[in-house]
Amino acid sequence: MSDDQMVTIEVDGRKLEAKAGELLIEVTDAAGINIPRFCYHKKLSVSANCRMCLVEVSKVPKPIPACATTVNNGMQVFTRSPLALAAQKGTMEFLLINHPLDCPICDQGGECELQDVAVGYGSDVSRFVEGKRVIPERNIGPLIATDFTRCIHCTRCVRFGAEIAGIRELGATGRGEHMEIGTYVEKSIDSELSGNIIDVCPVGSLTSKPARYQARAWELVQREAVAPHDSVGSNLHIHLRRNQVMRVHPKDNESVNECWISDRDRFSYLGLYSEDRVTRPLIKTEGQWKECDWQEALDFAAQGMKKARGGDGDQIGALVSPTATLEEMYLTRKLMGGLGSRNVDSRLRQGDFRGEESAPWLGQSIADLDNLNGVLLIGSNVRKEQPIFAHRLRKAAMEGAWVGFVTPFELDMNYRAEQLVSSPAGMISDLAAVAKALGLSGSLVDDAEVSDVHQRVAEKLKTAEKTTVLLGNLAVAHMDYSLLRHLGALIADATDSVLGFLPEAANSVGARLVGVAGGDGLDSLAMLNSPRKGYLLLGVEPDWDFWNPSLARQSLSEAEFVVALSAYRSASLEENADVILPVAGFTESSGTYVNAEGIWQSFNGSVKPMGEARPAWKVLRVLGNLLDVADFEYNSSSQVLEEARDSSTIQPGGNSSTPGELNVRTPAAGLVRAGDVPLYASDALVRRSNPLQKTNDAISAAVHVNPQVAKDGGFSAGDQVMVKQGNTGATMALVIDEAIPDGCARIPAALSGTGELGGQFGEVTLEKA
Amino acid sequence: MGFKNAPMTSAKPVEDKAKLFSSEICSEIDRWIGKFPEQWRQSAVMAALQVVQDDNGGYLTQELMDKVAAYLEMPPVSVYEVATFYSMYELKPVGRHKVCVCTNVSCMINGSDRIVEHMEKKLGIKLGETTGDGRYTLKEVECLGACGGAPMFQIGNKYYENLTTELVDSILEGLE
Repeated sequence: MSDDQMVTIEVDGRKLEAKAGELLIEVTDAAGINIPRFCYHKKLSVSANCRMCLVEVSKVPKPIPACATTVNNGMQVFTRSPLALAAQKGTMEFLLINHPLDCPICDQGGECELQDVAVGYGSDVSRFVEGKRVIPERNIGPLIATDFTRCIHCTRCVRFGAEIAGIRELGATGRGEHMEIGTYVEKSIDSELSGNIIDVCPVGSLTSKPARYQARAWELVQREAVAPHDSVGSNLHIHLRRNQVMRVHPKDNESVNECWISDRDRFSYLGLYSEDRVTRPLIKTEGQWKECDWQEALDFAAQGMKKARGGDGDQIGALVSPTATLEEMYLTRKLMGGLGSRNVDSRLRQGDFRGEESAPWLGQSIADLDNLNGVLLIGSNVRKEQPIFAHRLRKAAMEGAWVGFVTPFELDMNYRAEQLVSSPAGMISDLAAVAKALGLSGSLVDDAEVSDVHQRVAEKLKTAEKTTVLLGNLAVAHMDYSLLRHLGALIADATDSVLGFLPEAANSVGARLVGVAGGDGLDSLAMLNSPRKGYLLLGVEPDWDFWNPSLARQSLSEAEFVVALSAYRSASLEENADVILPVAGFTESSGTYVNAEGIWQSFNGSVKPMGEARPAWKVLRVLGNLLDVADFEYNSSSQVLEEARDSSTIQPGGNSSTPGELNVRTPAAGLVRAGDVPLYASDALVRRSNPLQKTNDAISAAVHVNPQVAKDGGFSAGDQVMVKQGNTGATMALVIDEAIPDGCARIPAALSGTGELGGQFGEVTLEKA
Repeated sequence: MGFKNAPMTSAKPVEDKAKLFSSEICSEIDRWIGKFPEQWRQSAVMAALQVVQDDNGGYLTQELMDKVAAYLEMPPVSVYEVATFYSMYELKPVGRHKVCVCTNVSCMINGSDRIVEHMEKKLGIKLGETTGDGRYTLKEVECLGACGGAPMFQIGNKYYENLTTELVDSILEGLE
C-alpha cells in the first residue's frame, strides 16, 4: 500500500479521510475528536503502554489502543461505545490505584492531564483499599522537581531523553509495582533541552523546580514572546501573575521550535529578578554613583554625548548587544547617524573583520535542517550554542545524514558524528585540506596536506544530496574568521552545498538588516582598537560581552563619556560608564527579533518594566529628541518597526563571502586559546538566572589543556595557573581534558575571572601561579 | 526512528573494550554478540550481565553494569533497567547457594508455602535474606516454567522438582 493512498474511516459515525498507514489517534486528533491518552505524544515514538486510548473497532473483538492502530479503509471506530468507555474507565481505575490524592498541593493541579481525564473517566470512590506505593523525592538537578509517587509510568520523559534530547538519562527501573522512573544512580539531568520533560509529563511527577509552589495554574495569565537568546527565535508562552513572570513555556511553532524550547529559554526569566537590576537612573559624578530622576539622567547623557562628540561625529560609537530588539538597534543607528557617526556594531564577539560577507543567516529554513543528508559545521558547538538547531541536525543524523565538525576541541555529541579536532591554526589547514581534496586550488589550499579524513569529508559532502556548510560561534570568534569563512564558502561552492551561518544571538540577523552590523562605520574591534571619545552601550557588560574584554575596558575607561542603557549594574559597567539608564528586560518591552532563518517575529511587552526602567526604544527616542536628531518622533515601537522595515534593503538570501587578505594570523606554534562562550554565559539575563548557574553546563573559568600539554608545562589537574595573553593575564584552575588537541588551550570566555584576559582566540602562555 | 534503535546506542563508544573485562569474559560476551545482527550489540545485554555476574560471585555492582554498558555501546541506564527488571540478576552480594523458590500459582497450590516455611525455619532467615555464614540465600521468584514438577526451586543452574520437606533437607545438606 503506498503511503499517500487515501482511505475512508468512520469514527463515531463521522466519515473521515486519512492517509493509509496513519495512526488512528492522529486522524482523530486532526478531526478534533478527543480520545484520552497519556503515553502518546505526537513527537515521540509510540509505546502504547498507558492503555488510556483504548477504543472499539469493528471486527476486532477487544478494545485496541488508538495510538498504536493504523487506519484501514472502511474501519469503523467507536470512541464512546459501552465497550470503549468500559475499557477507558477500567484503565483509569488502574492508573489511579497508586496515584496520590495530593492535587491540592501539586503544581500540576489545574493543568494536569490525569486530573482532566479523571474527571471524565474516573469513578468517585476508589475500590482500592491497600496501601499506595510511595517513592522518595529524587534530586535530578536544579531545574526539575520530581515527585515520582505521582508517576503513572507513561515513559514520555524516558522517550524524550532518548529520542529528542539524545541522551538517555532517565529510565524505568524495577518491575511491576516496583517500577520507577529515575536515573537509578544519583545524578542530575544534564541535557540542554531537559526542561521539556516538564511539559511532556502528563502528571505532576516532573515540574519546574524554580516555579515550584509559586503559583497555581489558574492564577496565571498567558502572553506570547520570542526567546531572547539564541538565533532560533523560539516562540514562548509567558505565564504571569500580578506583573511578575512566573514561568516560561514553549509555544508550538512547527517551523521554528516545534514544541520544544531550550532550558536557557525556559529558565532565563529568573534573571529578571536579580538583585542587581537597575530600577532608577544612575549617574556618576566625581567617581560616585548616585540615583537621580530620568530628566536629570537623560540631560546628563545627552550633554555628555554632545561634549564627547565635539565637532566630529566619528569620535563616538555605539556598541549594541546582539540580543537587543530590532527597534532598539534601528534607533541606535539613527541616533548615532543624527550625531554624525556611522560607528555602530553588534558583532561584539567577532574576532576578525577582514573581507566581506552577506547577511550571515542560516541560508535555508530551520525546518530544512531536518532533511539534510550532509552537514559540515565549522567552529560550532551547536548543542551548547543553539540547542534547537542541534536537535534539528540530530534528527537529520538519525535519518542517516553525515555530520562533520571542524572544531578546536572535541565536542560532546549526542549522536555519532565525524570530528576533525585540531588547534585553531589546524582548523584552517583542515578546511584547506578538504578544499584541496575537492580539487580546488589557490593560496591557503595549495600547501595543505590531505589525509584520509579530509578525503572522506570531501567525499561525503560531494556525494550526499542535500548538504550544507555552517559556521558557528567559535568560527566567528576565531582570529582568522575571514579565512574559515572563505574556505567554507569554497567548499560549499565545490560541493553544491548551502553556505550558512548559525548566528550567535536572537537578533544577529536583524542587526545586519538595519545596518547595525556590517554598516559602513567602524566595526566593534576597530572602535575599541582606535578608542573613541564617547560610547553608547546598549545591553552590554564590558567584562563579558566583548571578544576582548581587556581591550574593551581599556578603551571605555579612557573615553570621555560612556552612556550605558542596561537592565543591570555590574562592576565593569559601573567602572566604565558615566551614566546608566535603566531599560526594560526580557518580557518587559515590545520589539522584534529576526531569527536565523530571516523570519521577523514581533512581540508585545508582557509585564511592566521593573521600577523606573523604561523600554530601551523609548529611552533612545528621548535621547534623540534631546540631541535634536531629526525625525525622531515615535509613539509606538511598531512605528519604529515600520520605518526600520522600509529602510532595510538587505534581504536574507544566498550567502556569499568575499575574502580579504589571505594571510593567516593564528600562530601555528605555541599554545593558542580557543575561547568559547559557555551555554549559560551568553548574555546578561542568562548570567543572572540562578538555577541555570547551578547546572553542570554553567562552568567556571578554567584553562583546559590535554595531558601532554599539562605534562610539558609541569602542571597537574587543579593547579592554579597564570594565563598570560599579550599584556593581559589571569589566574585560574587547570583542567586536564583529553578533548583538547595539541597546541590549544580552551579557556571559555564571558565567565567571572576571564574578563581580565584578551581575545577569545589568541596566543597564550601558562605559568605556575 | 523508533525508540529501540538509534537512541539505544551511545554517541561515543569506548575504544579499548578489551580492557573492560578479562579476556575470557570478553570472548564469552563476544560469542553472545555474535548471535545477533551486527548493529544489535545491545541484544547481548542479558547474557553479558549473566556472564559478568557469575564471574563476580553471583551479583552485579554499578561499576560492572557500567562496564557492560560501555562494552555493548549502550547508555548505562538501559543496563540498569534490564538488571533491575529480571529476578536472576542480583544487585547485592548473595550466599554461595541462591535458592530461588517459586511461589507462583502451580507451586502455591502444590504447597510451596510449606516449603518456604520449612526453609525459613531451617536456615533461620526470611525470604530475601542470606544466612550469616554466607552459605544460602533464599529468594522468592515467579514461575520458572516447571509447573509439572511443582513445587520447585532452582539452585544455580539446576531445577529441583516435586519438593517435600525431607527432600529439601537432603538437597540443602548435600551442598557445600
